[in-house]
Amino acid sequence: MFDNILFIVFPYTAVTIAIAVTIYRFAFDPYSYSSQSSQFLENRILFFGSVPWHYGVIIVLLGHLTALLFPGLWGLFTANQIRLYVLEITGLSLALMATVGLVLLFYRRLSNARAQAVTSELDWVLLIVLLLQVGLGFWVAYYYRWGSDWYLHTAVPWLVSLLKFQPDITFVTALPFWVKFHFINGFTIILLLPFTRLVHLLVYPISYLWREHQVVIWNKSRHY
Amino acid sequence: MDIRAHVSMVFHLDKCIGCHTCSIACKNIWTDRKGTEYMWWNNVETKPGTGYPTLWEDQEKYKGGWEKKNGDLKLKLHSRLKGLGNIFYNPFLPTLDDYYEPWTYDYENLFNAPEGDDQPTARAISMVTGKPMDNIEAGPNWDDDLGGSPIYARNDVNLDELTEDEREQLNELERVVFFYLPRICNHCLNPGCVAACPAGAIYKRGEDGIVLIAQDKCRAWRMCISGCPYKKTYYNWASGKSEKCILCYPRLESGQPPACFHSCVGRIRYLGVLLYDADQIEKCASVPDEELVAAQRAMIMDPFDPAVIAAAKKNKISDAMIASAQNSPVYKFVKKWGLALPLHPDFRTLPMLYYVPPMLPVLAKTKDGNYDVDGAKGENTFAPLSASLPAMLSSLEKARMPIKYMASMFSAGNVKVVEDVYRKLIAVRIFKRAQTVKDYQQAEVDAALAAGKTDAEEVEAIFRLTALPTYEERFVVPPLAREVAVEAWEKPLDRKTDAGFGVRNKINRRKF
Repeated sequence: MFDNILFIVFPYTAVTIAIAVTIYRFAFDPYSYSSQSSQFLENRILFFGSVPWHYGVIIVLLGHLTALLFPGLWGLFTANQIRLYVLEITGLSLALMATVGLVLLFYRRLSNARAQAVTSELDWVLLIVLLLQVGLGFWVAYYYRWGSDWYLHTAVPWLVSLLKFQPDITFVTALPFWVKFHFINGFTIILLLPFTRLVHLLVYPISYLWREHQVVIWNKSRHY
Repeated sequence: MDIRAHVSMVFHLDKCIGCHTCSIACKNIWTDRKGTEYMWWNNVETKPGTGYPTLWEDQEKYKGGWEKKNGDLKLKLHSRLKGLGNIFYNPFLPTLDDYYEPWTYDYENLFNAPEGDDQPTARAISMVTGKPMDNIEAGPNWDDDLGGSPIYARNDVNLDELTEDEREQLNELERVVFFYLPRICNHCLNPGCVAACPAGAIYKRGEDGIVLIAQDKCRAWRMCISGCPYKKTYYNWASGKSEKCILCYPRLESGQPPACFHSCVGRIRYLGVLLYDADQIEKCASVPDEELVAAQRAMIMDPFDPAVIAAAKKNKISDAMIASAQNSPVYKFVKKWGLALPLHPDFRTLPMLYYVPPMLPVLAKTKDGNYDVDGAKGENTFAPLSASLPAMLSSLEKARMPIKYMASMFSAGNVKVVEDVYRKLIAVRIFKRAQTVKDYQQAEVDAALAAGKTDAEEVEAIFRLTALPTYEERFVVPPLAREVAVEAWEKPLDRKTDAGFGVRNKINRRKF
């Protein structure tokens, strides 16, 4: 029963709330969609924190996503021992990079008076949850080795079952506590996403690659 | 020919007294909110000097504006891909310390301090952290009037062109010279901020050319701050949005000039419409440095030319707007008389705020503790009678501030362009002095007019608009006609019954 709440009810609730609130916020409060950058106030530690954190976590997340979307290909890739080694080492290093970056960002918010001036309670909650998540991820990857492979046979089928609206938690109930914690904390982040500055990841300005350099907006459409 | 209208500006630097009234007018209206305390959408700086933010002109430091790379015009800051890659940390972002940490004072302490032997003091309190500031190390006009210039002004990048000797001479007591440079957003034709914004939140209004940041679209990627070579977009650290001068568009739309224009004590500011050919923007921004000013003048079109008027009408520019362009003081200063120059055209953003450079104080030297009259003879443009013709006309070269400095600021290093402006300004002075003080020979006046490539009629017109302009002559505020423009997407009458009580929570009980 408890497992059902954790692995079925909570994920569905988190995702539903996340989608609903994200859309609501975008429609009715677009002004609040901002990365709330504090680089202007503190520049130095930010570099050593923000850059490794973002690049580390984005690549690791893309790895998670790729394995979820293309489990077959991913399985073929990890079937070779050398490739599995490379993948594990890369993943671990990136996770370490992200963790170190986030610890620095945490320290920055604690120690710098200017950064403190723009840090809300919710920012702290988000920081702690994120730190917990990358910490757990690193821990799991290190102690329960070959996660890039067993992930395919545990979390992936569970997530796919959730996506298909035929929830099946047998894949995950027997996993160690820390692994489960990582899953649940992941959905906690999804739940927090629309309420925090994390929404900035949804508006990553990819269109900059192709938009015209100059933007001119006319009040009236000109007829020519 | 793609004719567009642009609300443009001229600042006449000779008339600026450095009183900062414009800055205060702007501050009180727009930037007294939390997170904007450090912003001065309008600021006045002393030149030579490093300005605000410190060294804003140094594009090796901030990478603002455009550069020509292999014949192409490129943002100095980043390519598109690099822009997205640097989004987690912008390596060229000025930080609060490049501006200054805004502060207030703990005035309460003056009233509430317990009785003691010493007078209570009001300590400086940071408006960012709320903590006391023991050392105030910078302000928005920290090197005002050359304050601390051996430390600050010597770093002015415009001095780079000068020889070591010339730089040394600027520090000599009798040669010390400075002037004021009031700055607002230039509302450029090829803005770096717009091009640098990853979110595409910054845009130029088609009808009047005002550059604005859509607050709902800004995501604090903060590339505009680096991308603007004039450092005229600012980051509101509290709201997490960039903000900038909006040319007081709510005032413009109701027929008033912007607050900084309106409040200007020296009446140095002029506002008017320019008609320009938008097809030429890219070409004009790409010409070699020494041709930039000429190219920018060339893309400004004659509002009396029937072909231009026809093209403007084709682009739905109203008759009233065209009339406004014909009456524009900016057109006269920039194009007709060629007296006003863009600030740092070398940034290639095609700024639409133009400056009439100040008449430089002329050389004066002391010899054995006395003012050297012979040495200074003929070097004063007003020097009565004694002024021999050649000396009078050479005074420009002997100006205390080398002309190269002005060229570095206003003509991308093209000395000829700045010289032409000064010759004409000198001609105006000599002509009017001959009229009123009557101490110049007609031959001298004629020579001055010839050197300035001008004539009596034009000189009178320049004098009139420089010295005696009325409010209506300085500010030819065009009819922006927003009330008409909204008809494009809203029926005005739809709103008629929607105002007043009960609007926020609509009452839907009545069915008719």
